Amino acid sequence: MPRQPATVTIDIERCKGCVLCVEVCPPRVLVMTDHEVNAMGYRYPVLEEGCTGCELCFRICPDFCFEVYRGASEEATAS
Amino acid sequence: MTTTPPLKKVSAKPDLLLSTEHSLCPGCGEPLALRTILELVDELDLRDRTICVCGIGCYTAFPGIIDVDVLQALHGRAPSVATGAKRVLADRFVFTLQGDGDMVNEGLQEIIHCAARGEKFTAVLLNNGVFGETGGHMTATSVLGQRTKTTMATGRVPELHGWPIKIADLLAQVDGTAYVARGAMHTPAAIKWTKQCLRDAFRAQLDGKGFSLVEILTMCPTDWYVEPTETPDWVERNFAPSYPLRVIKSL
Amino acid sequence: MSATGGTTRSRRVLMEGSHAIAEAAIQSGCRFYAGYPITPSTEILEYMSFRQPQVGGVCVNAESEIEAINMVWGAAGCGVRAMIASTGQGISLMQESLAELSNAEIPCVVVNMMRGQSDYYQATRGGGHGDYRHLVLAPHTVQEAVDLIALAFQLGDQWRTPVDVLGDFVLGHTSEAVEFPVLRESDLPPKPWAATGARGRRAHNVTPLGSPEKLHLEHGAHFNAMSEKCARMSTEKRCETGLLDDAEVAVVAFGSPARFVKYAIRQCRTRGLKVGWIRPITLWPFPDEVVAAAASRVRAIAVFEQNAGQMIDDVRLAVLGRAPVPAIGGISHDHSGFGVGPLLEPATIIRRITDVYEGKAAA
Repeated sequence: MPRQPATVTIDIERCKGCVLCVEVCPPRVLVMTDHEVNAMGYRYPVLEEGCTGCELCFRICPDFCFEVYRGASEEATAS
Repeated sequence: MTTTPPLKKVSAKPDLLLSTEHSLCPGCGEPLALRTILELVDELDLRDRTICVCGIGCYTAFPGIIDVDVLQALHGRAPSVATGAKRVLADRFVFTLQGDGDMVNEGLQEIIHCAARGEKFTAVLLNNGVFGETGGHMTATSVLGQRTKTTMATGRVPELHGWPIKIADLLAQVDGTAYVARGAMHTPAAIKWTKQCLRDAFRAQLDGKGFSLVEILTMCPTDWYVEPTETPDWVERNFAPSYPLRVIKSL
Repeated sequence: MSATGGTTRSRRVLMEGSHAIAEAAIQSGCRFYAGYPITPSTEILEYMSFRQPQVGGVCVNAESEIEAINMVWGAAGCGVRAMIASTGQGISLMQESLAELSNAEIPCVVVNMMRGQSDYYQATRGGGHGDYRHLVLAPHTVQEAVDLIALAFQLGDQWRTPVDVLGDFVLGHTSEAVEFPVLRESDLPPKPWAATGARGRRAHNVTPLGSPEKLHLEHGAHFNAMSEKCARMSTEKRCETGLLDDAEVAVVAFGSPARFVKYAIRQCRTRGLKVGWIRPITLWPFPDEVVAAAASRVRAIAVFEQNAGQMIDDVRLAVLGRAPVPAIGGISHDHSGFGVGPLLEPATIIRRITDVYEGKAAA
């Protein structure tokens, strides 16, 4: 069954490295950087292949880092 | 060759949030509550008649980044300020934003009286069981066993520190209260459920039913002395047993 | 002392001081009152509880003075003229809010029906924390109280500041024939800064904390700006003088006791004593120039106040050693403790003034 296309954008400069998004992501496609840090000195998540557009990262992020995009064929609404 | 259909943006920061830059800690639950409230204010088309009455705590950073009118109150005093505002501008949508130290310590007297008088505003309690802004001291909602800056040696023990006050349950017993619920921000599912509680509380005000309160358990990794990723478990093991998530009263 | 803010005046009615103060607020467009019963201000709350609903306003009998002043904060922050009344002890409870209302630049009228006059420091120094000052007005008759209530609302809106009006037990329970300046709704000044729901405009943040966007950078700047505003408010000095031109001794007094002092001075004049009075109407800003001018001409400036000596500090600051400043008042209560004491006796006041005149009083 084809998976819907989806992705997120991440405002890495707002990230404070809390890692909540990584824990909450069902397909486990968010991975924290090892050595790269943003201007505030925090590690931040990087998106790998396999995002389903479930929006859980957006919901749990206290720093409003995520924007979620899903295929236009979906009748998708923001939560 | 298959073509990829264009992607549609389905989630973004609320329009009523003027900036995503804030100084609250990594993993703090309070911005999640703010986002939920702003989404609702927007969805219910309330921006033009909303007056937010903000208490004093870490969340006092929020008035500067939200696109609704704000009356900044002193510590504990938001319910009284909200009373004055709602009584003179009865058709506006008035809600308070208060922490547990603000509402249940400093302002305990007035939140009870506002509930008893049936003042028609919505009180929102951000409960993290500590005075966060001053560095993590015990409040009236800190749970037994909780180590805070003023209960460090023993954790909270009744002989020295008494018992927590469960304000939502208390207020639900007061005539004049139309809606009381308790939610939390520690998981996406809890956030979604809490948004519905807020929607029902806002509706109770808009329908003129009386005083409404939504208590929201928020994570505070800094003053719980855990990593942010440990806070969902902390809420479920240590906090929610004293403060179960439920709709307590709904007239 | 002429009325301000309204061109129409009502017919004359006989009214008790407390009720007249409340009615004056109503006629000035006050549509929110919150209070707590405390002698001798309680009659204002009682009056407001039936009068506000009659004009579509709100009166809340609050659970304590702290909540009451914060309800006033909320109503006034939404642009409605709002008032509270109490006595010194209740004003003490409100101090954090009174200080921060200044920082938030929220106008409101705060009436202190004193027990005696021991709240002069509290009112003029600012009984709360920080560098703020309120405008402080002190009527000595019921008619003047009516006019100063109207002035208080006007100055409060003009400067965006709380304004204190100091009455007392005597004033509250004295009945006089008074007429009220009547304000039309259209005379109320607009308040573009208020929190009313941000329809058609950007959102307002009515806050004591200064600009929230740059809180840490601008905190000091906000307090400095508030302090500068206080300096500009010092143009609002008001004072009444009488029989001062040829006086050899001046007596400074404020509030209800000043009424007794004026009578005593007139009696002294019939006995050939050249005495005059200086009656500050604004206690803050204190009419220091009037006192300083008198100091160069008279042999002594006596101060009559019903306390242990509070206004006398401001008199001495204005006199700057140019003349002796004897204290001829004192704490004086009857058994009730509400400030109608044996010192409010013309014969006693005449004797004390005469002692100063004849050089028998210590400065």
